[in-house]
Amino acid sequence: MKGRELYLYRWRKVKDKGMASLALFCVFLAVTPLFMIFFYTLAQGLGAINIDFFIQMPKPVGEAGGGMANALVGTLILIGLGGLIGLPVGILAGIYLAEYGNNKFADTVRFFTDVLSGIPSIVVGVVAYILVVIPMKSFSALAGGVALGILMIPTITRTTEEMIRLVPQSFREAGLALGLPQWKTTLRIVLPTALKGITTGVLLGIARAAGETAPLLFTALGNRFWSTSIKEPIASLTVFVYDYAKSPFEDWIQQAWAAALVLILLIFLLNLIFRYATRGRYGEQQA
Amino acid sequence: MPPAVMEKGGSALAAPSLASFVKTRVRKTNLGDFIFRNITLVFAFVVFSLVFLIAYEMYLGSREAIGKFGFSFITGIVWDPVNDEFGALPYIYGTVVSSLIALAIALPLSIGVALFLSEMAPRWIERPLSILVELLAAIPSIVYGLWGIFVLVPWLRTTVEPAVSKSFGFLPIFRGAPYGFGMLAAGLILVIMILPIITSISRDVLRSIPRSYREAGLALGATPWESSKIILSSGRSGILGAALLGLGRAVGETMAVTMVIGNRAEISASVFDPGYSMASVIANEFAEAIGSMHVSALIEIALLLFLVTVILNAMARLIVWSVARRFSQT
Repeated sequence: MKGRELYLYRWRKVKDKGMASLALFCVFLAVTPLFMIFFYTLAQGLGAINIDFFIQMPKPVGEAGGGMANALVGTLILIGLGGLIGLPVGILAGIYLAEYGNNKFADTVRFFTDVLSGIPSIVVGVVAYILVVIPMKSFSALAGGVALGILMIPTITRTTEEMIRLVPQSFREAGLALGLPQWKTTLRIVLPTALKGITTGVLLGIARAAGETAPLLFTALGNRFWSTSIKEPIASLTVFVYDYAKSPFEDWIQQAWAAALVLILLIFLLNLIFRYATRGRYGEQQA
Repeated sequence: MPPAVMEKGGSALAAPSLASFVKTRVRKTNLGDFIFRNITLVFAFVVFSLVFLIAYEMYLGSREAIGKFGFSFITGIVWDPVNDEFGALPYIYGTVVSSLIALAIALPLSIGVALFLSEMAPRWIERPLSILVELLAAIPSIVYGLWGIFVLVPWLRTTVEPAVSKSFGFLPIFRGAPYGFGMLAAGLILVIMILPIITSISRDVLRSIPRSYREAGLALGATPWESSKIILSSGRSGILGAALLGLGRAVGETMAVTMVIGNRAEISASVFDPGYSMASVIANEFAEAIGSMHVSALIEIALLLFLVTVILNAMARLIVWSVARRFSQT
């Protein structure tokens, strides 16, 4: 190799290294916001988190202190109501897809599950408004729960299906060989084996719903007072963050950061638990 | 021996009549099996029909506005709840522009990250990095919005926008006062939010391409980058699917956009100017809508959002699935 050939060869080498660095740079750009958001929220929120934050009610403007006990409880109630809708539908549909899912209909359901997961959460909020708020003539926790329940369904369905599929076929054969009917095999052998994965997957779906704001704005609305009635408007952490973030008061904004920090930590924790619980099995699948 | 028990779905659906199907099925299998299978089937059907229920309810809710404004709803620029005059063009414009800004920046970045994850990174870097990128997707939208208001917007206002308009101010898209709040802020926050989904799907697509493609390139003396180009062009359609999914996310994103876009219903060429988006107007006005026509118009916007995202998602899923199928067969 000499002259022009050598030059070309070197140019290709340089280009190769250049592109590799460019890809690395993309990674850097992509991961930076995560750290920026996380540490900024940590720095801003940590100062406002104390016991009062969890057990006190919001104070009126001008009074220092106060917390968001009502919003914490509200969020729990909302995701509880959502779970009442999302869990049975998601898990049973997931079982169908995993255990009886080798047909056209199941493929269609899978497709629509994906489509459902792509529908903007605010649209689901509008539907919950039409289905619940209009007939009841009032904003309510129930309407918020319906919205969150619909939003949970796709995640829970797909995780349940995936986790059940990871159960080795030989487990099912063992059950059937012992004379168990298939439904008992599913309930007594397959589901308990997949339980850890399903549980964490379900928690992940619930955590995601707990982070939703848009569908709650005009269903659960928000409430500055203590309320646990499902027929009344109810407070939630996310709407609380939204309202406080728009306010001009320094200590309200501080509390908004604190609530954001609580949300992030909760969701990161559940994500990592999910990773950990499903770690080995995903590895086997890839290998 | 339970002969029929092992049989999988399929055949059941093709059965000629329900009565004979029930009879043969119950006799051949256990009654419990029949019940259990059909309970799960009903719930699978619920998931399936939910999409249609959503579409139908929104159609009913928006009939009033559709009937009165027809096509001019999409082309009108006046949005006046007091006089029942509704045109959604400024909102549609805001959604389209902010989403396209987001896609234009997020797509090349995501492809870079996906290439790194699937082609270059050793496994011990790849796993944690994938987790980090996916954690980005787990952050609630409201937290992005909060960060956008207090970090991104001030940064744009004091640093980025003055600098850009100083050097590129002759272009109409970079003209105007640096508010911070505006299309650019919305676009940038959306970049961060759609990056994880585009990245993870592109990475899966690239990974599904058989090893032999890479080996063939390398064996011919190609550098790793040249062989990556082969991989990229084989995965082109899958990456397109990933981009469509990301676009669907961007179009429907509400809270973060509402908090930084400025919420002013104007059509302006400059990306520094405040705008408004379809999802934002629903978020801001729905709870306090005055009169049934206002509600109906807002529901029509929701219906439009629904249709656009369903079409984008359906196209994307079909593309991604067909890519996966093609490579799993080879």
